[in-house]
Amino acid sequence: MLTYLIRRLFAVAVMLVVVMLAVFGIFFLIPEWTGLDPATMFAGKQTDAQALEGIRQKLGLDDPILVQLFDFFRGILVGRDYSSAGDSYHCEAPCFGYSFKTEQAVWPILADRLPVTMGLAAGAVIIWLIIGLSAGVVSALRRGSFWDRAAMSMALSGVSLPIYFTGLLSLAIFSYGLGLVSNEYTPMEESFSLWFSGMILPWVTLAFLFGAMYARLTRATMLEVMGEDYIRTARAKGVREPVVIRKHAMRSTMTPIITLLGVDLGALMGGAILTETTFSLPGLGQAVLKAIGEKDLPLILGVTLITASAVVIANLIVDLLYGVIDPRVRLA
Amino acid sequence: MTDTHKSGTAAVGEPVADARPPRAFLEVRDLKVHFPTEDGLVKSVDGLSFNLEKGKTLGIVGESGSGKSVTSLGIMGLHTVGQYGRRKAQLSGEIWLDGQELLSSDPDHVRKLRGREMAMIFQDPLSALHPYFTIGHQIVEAYRVHHDVDKKTAKKRAVELLDRVGIPQPDQRVNSYPHEFSGGMRQRAMIAMSLVNNPELLIADEPTTALDVTVQAQILDLIRDLQKEFGSAVIIITHDLGVVAELADDILVMYGGRCVEYGTAEQVFYEPEHPYTWGLLGSMPRIDREQTERLIPVKGSPPSLINVPDGCAFNPRCPYADVPKGNVTRTRRPELRDVGGGHRSACHMEKADRERIWNEEIAPKL
Repeated sequence: MLTYLIRRLFAVAVMLVVVMLAVFGIFFLIPEWTGLDPATMFAGKQTDAQALEGIRQKLGLDDPILVQLFDFFRGILVGRDYSSAGDSYHCEAPCFGYSFKTEQAVWPILADRLPVTMGLAAGAVIIWLIIGLSAGVVSALRRGSFWDRAAMSMALSGVSLPIYFTGLLSLAIFSYGLGLVSNEYTPMEESFSLWFSGMILPWVTLAFLFGAMYARLTRATMLEVMGEDYIRTARAKGVREPVVIRKHAMRSTMTPIITLLGVDLGALMGGAILTETTFSLPGLGQAVLKAIGEKDLPLILGVTLITASAVVIANLIVDLLYGVIDPRVRLA
Repeated sequence: MTDTHKSGTAAVGEPVADARPPRAFLEVRDLKVHFPTEDGLVKSVDGLSFNLEKGKTLGIVGESGSGKSVTSLGIMGLHTVGQYGRRKAQLSGEIWLDGQELLSSDPDHVRKLRGREMAMIFQDPLSALHPYFTIGHQIVEAYRVHHDVDKKTAKKRAVELLDRVGIPQPDQRVNSYPHEFSGGMRQRAMIAMSLVNNPELLIADEPTTALDVTVQAQILDLIRDLQKEFGSAVIIITHDLGVVAELADDILVMYGGRCVEYGTAEQVFYEPEHPYTWGLLGSMPRIDREQTERLIPVKGSPPSLINVPDGCAFNPRCPYADVPKGNVTRTRRPELRDVGGGHRSACHMEKADRERIWNEEIAPKL
């Protein structure tokens, strides 16, 4: 198990380096090829040539590419200094550079927004797992029954209705109509109950979409697992049916669900753009949406790296969970 | 060997007039297992009867889809658990195990019998063992379902049985997972699991089909030894006549969900009565046969269990379908008839015709 863990950690480190290289490639080379000048984007179009030159020097845009790459990595790992003639400042690690628009360091902007996105994802994942798994299991075990049809119809609407529809509808009914919950985001430090009240609708809306997908996956997997020979063996031993389902069937059903969960959670870390926009949550998704509109490359770069790292780390956790669940994986 | 038949002669094949208590340890009477499907009713087992005493082995032989496995699952009551869909298996008839009728019993009562009174060995031990649990865990579970003991005692019992079925270093191997075992070892573990509660009836459903030929004989020897030791009744289900030749006291040949021939191993091997049994024997490789001779396959394929042919189910494939006068083989279903000494066969041919064909055409080629 320990060698497995070490091997996986090593793989994650390699993966993260590859991700950073790719991101560097995309964000530093593409402007060059397409003729978009980062210095112009940073400074605005009205800047004179001398100021642009200063910015270029400061950002190191005229350095050889390997030096830029080295600075890029150094910035993320230990921080870096930006300096031009007489004017110098330090960018703390992890340094993703400075926003073209606000000239603030990227990381603190993102660090402010990360808790919002994480809170959204964490609450939603709990709801969608509970709803999705139980609906899926009941549907599979009572295939063709009223409950199966009802749950699968719900699931179908869940996957087909867009967030901005279900989100706005729920806001209209529960917040503006009935006044049950808040329609604003309040940081948790200010008031837990207000935060909770403001998060319920985003959680449920997001969980409705994902819960629907998980219900369908759980149902399909469960149906397959219940037909396995080892389920028949458990029954042939005289094991009670509820135990057969809980112990023998559920354990196998979890494998594909955990796989999907790893990818979904990682991706959500990059911001649930639609949900955050619908509910005006100041999370990463909103930040990146704005950044895309403003071609704010450093900010996009920062979110991309955070998302990629989150996916890689979530997959590491998934792989470790695999090792716990499925003994065959430990050897592989 | 023949006492099995003497005791149950009156009960087999024909309806029983009085409701006298059954005498055989396992008595199956007119068992029918039907599955409703969109295409029609699949009659997987359609009126099967047989008896089995403790300490005896019954071999059920037939092609794929002849209803062998469905029969065994029916006895175990495994058609009725976990049938969550709308289309449930329909079972009728009687299954008497040690004086209790199972089909009319409470399902939870049958569940308690499963694993303790009757146990089963499955065809493919890799898929029949749960890949996520250790061998020991699975045996312990089988034991603790029926015995109120702590895990340590149960584990000791598991090690003891793994040792008994010939697994080396059982105290270490008990913690292994199924994928860490070879095919033969897995089947040994499966056997250990089925025997952990000393069941009186053991059903082995093609126990050697998924194994290497070299391991097959070992597993069969093991089953035979264990049967002697535990004194259980054994049903061995197979399409391999070689397997039943080694193990079975009685043989039941199934075709299209019905019994076409039933007798002692000697009777079925040396005086087979049914053309289908002849076909099976003809398609079996034998060491004493000339190597240049070809095996003779049974022509055609097994019947659809939705549209079983009218008359004798075997008639489309039977080379002797026109021997009986008239069109009887295609219009009337042959009854299982006693042909002497408890040996029964379901064939329309007259005894004289059958003996002539056997002696002149079949026996010399075998």
